[in-house]
Parts: sequence; C-alpha cells; structure tokens
Amino acid sequence: MTAPRRARRPGLVLETDRSTPPMLFHHGEGFRLERLPVGSRVIYPPEPVEPLPDPDEAIRQALLHPIDSDPLPALLHPGMKLTIAFDDISLPLPKMRRPDIRQRVIEAVLDLAAEAGVDDVHLIAALALHRRMTEAELRHCLGDRIYDAFAPHGLLYNFDAEDPENLVHLGTTDRGEEVEISKRAAESDLLVYVNINLVAMDGGWKSTATGLASYRSLRHHHNVHTLQHTRSLMDLRRSALHQSNWRMGEVLRKAGVRIFQIETTLNNDTFPAPFDMLQKREWEWTARDRATYIATEAALRRAPRRLVRSIFHGIEAPHQMTSVQAGEVEAVHARTLEHVHAQQLVHVEGQTDVLTLGLPYICPYNVNSVMNPILVMCTGLGYFFNLYRNKPLVREGGVLIMSHPTPWEFHPVHHPSYIDFFEQVLAETTDPAEIEAKYEQAYATDEWYIHLYRTSYAYHGVHPFYMWYWGAHALEHLGGVIVVGGDPRAVRRLGFKPASTLRDALEMAEDVVGRDPSVTHLHAPPLLLAEVT
Amino acid sequence: MIRDALDGRRIGVTGATGFLGTAVVERLLRSVPGCEIVLLVRPGRTSDVARRAAREIFRNDAFDRLRSELGAAFDDEISRRVTVVAGDVGADGLGLSDDDRATFTGCDAVIHSAATVSFDSPLDAAVEVNLLGPSRLAAVLGAADAPAHLVAVSTCYVAANHRGAAPERLLPGSPYFPDVDWRDEVAAARRARADAEAASRDPERLAAFRKQARAELGAAGTPLLASRTERERQQWVADRLVEAGRARARSLGWPDVYSFTKALGEVALLEQRAGVPLTILRPSIIESALAEPHPGWIRGFRMTDPVIIAYARGLLREFPGIPEGIVDVIPVDLVAAAICAATADALAAPADPAGGPAVYQVASGAANPLRYRRLVDLGRDYFTANPLYDEHGQPIVVPEWSFPGRGRVQGQLQRARTALERAERLLATLPLRGRQADWSARIEDKREEADRALGYVEIYGSYAETEAVFGVDRLLGLWDRIEPADREAFAFDPRTIDWHHYVHDVHMPAVVRSARVKTTPGGRRSTPREERLRAAVLAPDRHLAAFDLENTLIASNVVESYSWLATRRLPTDRRMRFVLKTLAEAPGLLALDRRDRGDFLRHFYRRYEGAPVEQLHEDAAELFSRLVLTKSFPAGFRRVREHRALGHRTILITGALDFLVEPLRPLFDDIVCARMGVAGGRYTGELDQVPPTGEARAIVLADYAAAEGLRLEEAVAYADSASDLPMLEAVGFPVAVNPETRLSAIARKRGWLVEQWTKAPGGPRPLLPIPREPHASMRP
Repeated sequence: MTAPRRARRPGLVLETDRSTPPMLFHHGEGFRLERLPVGSRVIYPPEPVEPLPDPDEAIRQALLHPIDSDPLPALLHPGMKLTIAFDDISLPLPKMRRPDIRQRVIEAVLDLAAEAGVDDVHLIAALALHRRMTEAELRHCLGDRIYDAFAPHGLLYNFDAEDPENLVHLGTTDRGEEVEISKRAAESDLLVYVNINLVAMDGGWKSTATGLASYRSLRHHHNVHTLQHTRSLMDLRRSALHQSNWRMGEVLRKAGVRIFQIETTLNNDTFPAPFDMLQKREWEWTARDRATYIATEAALRRAPRRLVRSIFHGIEAPHQMTSVQAGEVEAVHARTLEHVHAQQLVHVEGQTDVLTLGLPYICPYNVNSVMNPILVMCTGLGYFFNLYRNKPLVREGGVLIMSHPTPWEFHPVHHPSYIDFFEQVLAETTDPAEIEAKYEQAYATDEWYIHLYRTSYAYHGVHPFYMWYWGAHALEHLGGVIVVGGDPRAVRRLGFKPASTLRDALEMAEDVVGRDPSVTHLHAPPLLLAEVT
Repeated sequence: MIRDALDGRRIGVTGATGFLGTAVVERLLRSVPGCEIVLLVRPGRTSDVARRAAREIFRNDAFDRLRSELGAAFDDEISRRVTVVAGDVGADGLGLSDDDRATFTGCDAVIHSAATVSFDSPLDAAVEVNLLGPSRLAAVLGAADAPAHLVAVSTCYVAANHRGAAPERLLPGSPYFPDVDWRDEVAAARRARADAEAASRDPERLAAFRKQARAELGAAGTPLLASRTERERQQWVADRLVEAGRARARSLGWPDVYSFTKALGEVALLEQRAGVPLTILRPSIIESALAEPHPGWIRGFRMTDPVIIAYARGLLREFPGIPEGIVDVIPVDLVAAAICAATADALAAPADPAGGPAVYQVASGAANPLRYRRLVDLGRDYFTANPLYDEHGQPIVVPEWSFPGRGRVQGQLQRARTALERAERLLATLPLRGRQADWSARIEDKREEADRALGYVEIYGSYAETEAVFGVDRLLGLWDRIEPADREAFAFDPRTIDWHHYVHDVHMPAVVRSARVKTTPGGRRSTPREERLRAAVLAPDRHLAAFDLENTLIASNVVESYSWLATRRLPTDRRMRFVLKTLAEAPGLLALDRRDRGDFLRHFYRRYEGAPVEQLHEDAAELFSRLVLTKSFPAGFRRVREHRALGHRTILITGALDFLVEPLRPLFDDIVCARMGVAGGRYTGELDQVPPTGEARAIVLADYAAAEGLRLEEAVAYADSASDLPMLEAVGFPVAVNPETRLSAIARKRGWLVEQWTKAPGGPRPLLPIPREPHASMRP
C-alpha cells in the first residue's frame, strides 16, 4: 500500500502577460490558438503521473491483498455464480491502446476463477441507459480471447435495463429511492466490478447502483433537483447524486449483494503523437511542435469532415495505469480518489468572472459517434464546469465561454432520441425543470426508443434529458453562456449566445459581468480538477 | 318607368350562374320587388337545379346586400319569387320538360345571358352555345301563343374587326360583316369535332398519348396510366378544336372564337326568331361593379384579371397594345341596369320599333374613353402604392411597359418558353429527388408562367389593339327616356364613370382580393400553406397514416439491403468483386424498376433463392443498425410517431422483405410487406403473393381501411415516387416525401403537402452498401 505517485510536474496557474504566447483551445475536431487578455489566468493540469511499472503484477497483488475484504481466491469456489461487470465505452477517454485496463483486470480475475473451478461466469457491460457496445468495441475493451470464449455462448453481453425478466427490485433507501439492478448481478454469489476511474465522479457505489440499474432506479438521482444540489459532480462530499448512490449502496449491502470492487486509475497521458503537443505548455513548444501544430491544423481544416472525424475518433490514448485497488467498495473508492487527486488536483485561488473552455471532440457519450449540440452543452456545463471542488471556478452570475463548432449534427443510430429532443423539446424550452416535468416521462417510456436501445445501438430515450440535467447546476449558477465558433442556429437552440471570435465573446460577456472582467482559462484536456479556495 | 313596366311581370333569365346573369337576377330581385323570375339552369352532374341555383347563385356575395335588407325573410322571398327550371341552351328544345317549358314560355320576357365566355373555347362548344343557343331559345319561345320578348345579350366585339365608329345596328348588311353562312359554320364545327375525335384514335397518336402519360406518371400502374392516357387524348382533341376556332375566327377578322360565334349567333337569331320580339344588347368588356350591389363586386376571375395579376406579380414584362387605343371596359352593374331598362322599355312598347329589333351597346369607348396608356399608368400607380409581395415577403416592383408590337412580345415569350422547355426535358431524364426535383418543378412553374403569359398575349392582345369605337347613341337615348326616379336604382350612363376612382378604388382592389395574392410584407406573417397542410395532416380527425419505406422513411433500397446481406459473410476481396458486379448491373435494374416495380422486385428477389432463413434473420438485425437506421430520415420516423401519439393507425406498406422490415415493427401498428416462400430452412426466392407496390399498394390500403372501419378520405399517405400515385390518390391527405421529378410536379400542381426529409446531418455515410468489418466467421 504505497502512497499515490506524484505527477512529474504539478499543475500550474499561469498569469498571462505580454510575452505569453496564444493559448491552445480545443475546438471539436480541430483547434484554435487564442490570445487571452493580459492578466488572465490559465490553469494547466499536472503532467502525467509515472505509471505502475508492472500493471499485471499490481493487479494480481490487488486481488490477493484487497482492502477490507478477503482475497479474491478465498471468495471463489466451484459451483458458484460469478458475475463480472465492467465500465462501458464511456471510459476512458479517448479509448486506450490495447490492451485495455479492463482486459488486464478481467483476465486476472478469470485466471483466479478458473483456478478455483468456477464455471458459471457472466460478463456484463454495465452501461445503464447508454448504448450497447458493438462487437468491435467489446473486443477492443476485453480482448479477442475473452470475447471469443464468452460472447458466442451468450455469457458476455450488454446490460439491458429494459428487460423486466432480468431486473430485480432490491428495496428502497430511507428516502424512498427504489433500487432495481441486474438480476444476474444481484443474485450472483459474487459480483466483481471492474472500473476505470478517469475522473473523481466515477466509481464507488455509482458503479453498481448506476451502471447496472434501470430507469426506475436512476430517476431518483438523475433528475434536476439532485443535480442542482450536486456541487460538484467531482466532489463526493458535496454531491447529492453520489449521496443517493451511496444510500442505494447501503440497500445493496443489506440485500446481501456481495461486491468485490476493483478500481483503477490512469495518468493523464492523453494524446499520442502527432497530437502530443496538446498536453505541453505553449511556451515550451519546440519549433517542431509549432510546425506540427501548423501542419496539423492546416491539414484538418482542408480535409473532408468525415476524414477528420475518423482521424480523431481513431485516437488511442497512451494513458497508463497509476493504481489498482480492490476489495470493499467504499474503502477502495477512497483510495482511488487519492490517486485521481494526485494526478488532477490543481489549487486555484479565487473565482473568476469569465471562464473560458476549449471543448474537445469527445465526451463520454460520443465515442465512435457524433458530438451533437446536446452533448456540447453537457460537456461544457455538465463536465468541464464541474471540474471543481469547494467553489465553482466561475463566480455566481459569471459567464462561461466555450469554444466548439457545435454543428447541427447527430448520429442517427446512437442518438435517435437526441434528435427528437433537439427538434421538439429544446424548440419549446431550455429550462431543465420544465423539460423534466413536461417531457421526461414520455421519452423515458417510449416504446420505439426502448426498442432501439435494446436491439440496436441507441442511447435510451431518456438519456438526452440526463445530459440536460447534468448542466442544470451550471445553468442555475451562470449569468450567461457563449459559444465561440459554433453553428449559430444550433447554439441559439441550446439557449446560448453564438460569437464568432473569442474577442467578441469577451465583449459580450462584459454586458453581463461588467467591464474588465477577470478571465480564467481551463487548459483541458488533459483533465484536471480545480480546488478553488 | 322601369319598376312599373316590370312590376307583376315574370322574367326568364338564362346564364344566371354567370357573372352578368347573377348581377341581373340580383338587381331584379332587389330593385323590382313586384317581378317574378324564372331561371333556366343547366343541371349539374350530381345536384338538381334548385340546389345548384341555391349554391351557385344565391349564396354569392352579390346577395349580401339583399340578405341584410330582408334579414330572415330572404329565403322566403327567393322561394316566393324565383322558379328554377332545368334546361340547357346547348340542346335543341333546351331539354325542357313539359311542365318546365310551360313555366318558361309563360314569361313576359327572357334575358338570355348564357354563353361560353372563354375566348379560347373549343370551336364546337362555342358554336353550340353562342351561335345556336339564341336561336334554340327563340324556337322554344316562338312556339308559345304569345311569345315572350327576348333580350339577347351579345358583345360589342362582334364588330371588333372594324376600325373607327361602330354604331348600334344589326350585323346583316353592315359593311364590316363578312359574307359567311352560319349554317356552314355549324356544320364545319361539328365535322371538326368528329374529325378530331377520329384522328385522336389513330394508333400512332394513342401510342404517343400513352408515352406522354408514362412520362408524366412513370410506373403508376395500368388504371392510372389508362385514365391519364384518355385525358391526354381528350385534351388533344380539345386543343385541336380550340385552335380550329381561333383560326376560323381570325380568318374572318374576329379576334377570337367568342366574338365570332356571338356575331353569327346574332345573325342566326335574326333569321330564326319566328315572330319572337327581340332586343339585342351588346356589352363591351364587363368588369367589377362600380357601385351595385357593392363597389368592386366581381364574380370569378374575369377577362382582364389574370393579366392584371400577372402584371402585378412582375410576370408580364411587356404587353402589346396601342397606347392611344381604347380599352372598352364597362362595370357589370351598368350592364345589368341597362338590361333591366331595355327589357322594361321593350315590355312597355311591345312591338319591334321600325327598322327591326332594337340594338343597344353598353360600352364606354365612345362616351367616356379609357385609353390603354391611361389604364397602364393607373395600374402601375396602384401597384406601386399597393404592391404585391413575393414568397419572401419582399414587395414586387411592377415593370414599365413600352407598348411594343404584339409580334415582338410573342417572340420574346416564345424564346423563353423554348429554353425552359428544353431545360425541363433535360431535368426530367435525370434521376433526381427531393430538393433537386424541386428545381425541376420550379422550372416547370416558370415554363407554365411563360405559357400563360403567351396565352394572355395571344388571347387578349387584340383587345388592347382594338380600334373600333362602339357607339352608344341608342343607349344614351334610352337613358334620356327613363324617369329620373329610376335613374338612381338603374344607373347605366357610362359618362359618369371616373376612371381614376374606378381603377384605383374599385377594380384593382377587387381583382387583388379575388386573386387571393399576397398583399402584406413579411416572410411568414400569415400561416404559410405548408404549415396549414401539415396541420391538416396531423389533425385529430385523421385516423390512418400509411407510409412507404424506401426514400420515404429511409434513403435505401432493396438492392442495397441485398448487397449488404450477401456480402456480410464474404471475405474482403470477394466483397469488393461483388460490389463491382452489382454496380455494373445497376443501370439495367434501374430501368426495370422504372418500367414496373412489381416485376423488378420479383426479378430481383430471385437472388435470395437458397439463402438460409435463420442466418438471414440474424444478419438482418445487424443490417437494421448498420444500414437502415444509418440511412433513415429522423423527421420521417418522428412523423410516424406523431401520428401514433394522435391515435392514428399507422401502417407501413412496402415491397421490402419481411425480415428486413421486422425491426421496424414497433414503429407501426401494422406492416404489409413482401414475403418469400421457405423450403427446408432456405428461401425459395419466389414471393408468396403480389408485392405491395403500385396499384396493389392502393388496394392493400383500401382493404385495410375497409377491414378496420377507417375511411380513406380521412387517411394520410406518404410516398416518394409516381409509382405510388394510386395510393396517394386513394387518400384524402397525400404527402409527397422527397418526391422524384414527376411526383414533385404532380404534387405541386395538386397542392399536396411536400416534405423534404433528410438523413441525420453528420451521421455515417457508408460509400458502399457492404459491412465495414467482415463477419466474425470470416476472421483469420
């Protein structure tokens, strides 16, 4: 049990002056270099933490010496029902180079199970209401050996939150929250959950109570009220969403669901060559980095959109494992968070009037897909805005400026209910509470969306609502949202203001926050977590 | 004098459903409370004459004034004073029953205003009604003991070929009447009809009509093609007769078949009237009412109206005419009053005056001329101050006319039309749909506009070039004779017309109103037509919505599905070979599909022969996500769901195979699709029954509606191609989705809702319909 490894260099808050070079802004499937006003702050993430030298050995050690639990071999016996649930394609981002962490961990678990003579094993992708993973995605994440051994026999499959036969209601929390999860998982002698903790939000009881739960259960924490009281999603102590999940965990425990939680953390080595300059600090760019940037940027601008999209979605991150811990859920998760914080935490003093973001091409819900306008909103207001502990980076009534092309584009297979949400719901209102009251039920119980979720590769009908709720705290907190370089029609539909340049956006922001505002730029990804004092 | 002379009289009126006839009936009912009226009305195809009269005459806004004066007593007044008899001036003996003949011949006077007023009527129709009609009427009246006085409404333009003064005199013996025998003209007209009918049945012509029908409808199925072919034939005959009429009229110096047949009608009537006392009344160009029953009252789209609107919309860049020539316009209320006065005058002094029957011309040209240049100036002023607006809400600037010769204008228009026709023909040969097909429909619109403009110039051009000045001495004499007390209720003095007032305050507003054109700025101020149609389609009263699949809900077809399924389990190199082979076959398949959809499907589905059922079903599930949904139109799926949410039954009717559409089942209440036979776990490649395409699709829908107790008039159908016409025509609310060229043109003409649905922007666009990764069984 070693203390978390340190980053090569810690995070940094830079104050810009006349000599500061233009800052890199992610801009969907492209980039912008923007010169920030003198005196702005730029928050850089810590550099990648040194990875574990021998991940397979670390995994083995974690399984044999778990926290607050018997070693895994002691929990395995012939004739038992073993279920291994694992995080879906929403993690990690970008997808990691093979072998994926989940493959390493699950292979180790399966080796132990085989040694113990366990032969009733199911592998379930814990995707809650996300889209089903395709064969290629499962192969990438678990490796061909596992896939070919289990999938043809129906023992490796995607969780189906709309299959009443395979759900079980385990009881309610003291607040009346219903807990309904996968029947196979609940009725197994042991549920091994294999997690990847990319950000502090992931893991803990949320793995099972959300990942293997049905709409009946999820609606108790995936709602506007809870999310407006989740400050932030990355701060366990102050997240109503996590508290609800933890209460549900209690119900799981009382119902006798035995969980062996395996959590892993990654360093933030996010971009491979030729994109590796994206995680360097601009003033440290070499001539070669500069040349690469110019060439890449020019090439991306000229290449056909589809090619650009496939280049970006083909990125496989070099990130590597920095820790693995197994055992009892809460104890494991506490340790995990230490590692996440070691990689991501940056101290920031004081809030800002205007927070600027460059949104990347990817978020948890458009892997191998399209970042549609609703996901742009969720990425900016749901995720990046929430990358804080203690206080939001931007003050109450402040302005969020985010850069993203926000095209009016949707993936017809993955996001059918998003299309209708955008065309029907957002055309009417952008107020989360009104949307929830008026439309959620119909979308959540819609037969066609349920059919597509179950048999095709569609996010559940209610999923776009959750995306919108994810931003509910930010919507309440902010005085305005401006999107730089976005499709004006799509941006307005989201209820935001479009601007063609950062300079325009900053001027527009002054109308809300006053003259000479303080400006802070969150230089991510790679991801960081701002501890704002 | 007028009221006294007509009091207690029974007056017959023909042509009461027309513009002038309605005005006469209204005036008699309102201003001569003591008279009775007998209307001779042609029976409609379905309704009896009393209902036709009620609907087409008394419901007209001409009677609003009388209705408000009488209040609840209006209907009683009508039924007390008006008798309707069924008759047709196009038939010998007028087709009257004995009772009706007794009623009709019992009239004291008959005002004959029935005519085919269209300037481009087929020759035989104009001859039957305009030439022979008055004589037939006289024959019926003359058979009675005391023949009624006949007031025959003719037209000033019987003398249109004359230059200079054209006084109110009978035609025979006048210097400008050509020496033709009307009997020969009647015989020739009837022969022309017979000849055209015979010529139209020539095998080569019939083949041409069929080809034309197919070009317009595509593979729409036999019954539709047959009825369209017959329509083409009838249209051809009618066109020949229109041309024959125009040519004959021009050869004798009349501008059109209308004035020509009217002139001969007068001559024939004079010869045939057999003791029937007669007054001939010739109005000039009758336009909207100056004052009675209300200023601007107009019925139908009158002669000058389409020209005025075409001008105001900027479509007529030029119009021929002599700037100092006289446009002889007369408001309808003046004509109606003059008719009443002439009738009263004749009844007061029953004998023909010396020199034969009285002739009155109701015209403005001699007494109060409106010059062509003045009319154009007034029109331009009016539309500059009150412009029409285009579809973008921008005001339309009216063109400046330079009064060129007719030949130059016709030449310009003809050249434009030829160019547009060529473009249209070219576009029709391209496989376009959706917005591109829309362009071609737009070109067709433009061509039709040019056609229409050319038509106006041909038909009406001569009216702007008329140099005859129609005398009104006798009319003014009549005016002087009537008592001052009647002059207010029966004003017909053309000298009192203030042309500026009439054009600006009365006529132009009336024309604009009746043309229902856009007169307010702003893009979408009023509900645009599309939204109205969409609301009608999604109204709760609808109860059935039928959908086609290919190109209506998904941008894919049976060939793509087949390619995908056939290649899923092939190694990569063989997949490429397969694709190349299929591409090579594409033109042949397309041609077969164009000829007959059902044959195409039957032919194509043979390729599934021997395909393992189970494996195909498994692959089809994957195809649904990989191809069908990828190429789906989200707005289309949303529309299906909207219909269901409204409680409408939704049905998918498609020629696609059952296992391919199975994943779409939750979207619809019912699915009708093609099914193949199965033997030994493999498909036979032969269809179990006729695939639901073309007419079969319409029949399936009709059967379904009948079985479910639903009415097709309340049904909506969505389809993309002319081969779906039988289904679209079967329902009350057809919707053309991304229509290909032919359907696009048809939908525009018929005012159907057209939806342009697209694939989700940004979605994957596989270049070829083959799986991207080989199936697991093909992995090394």
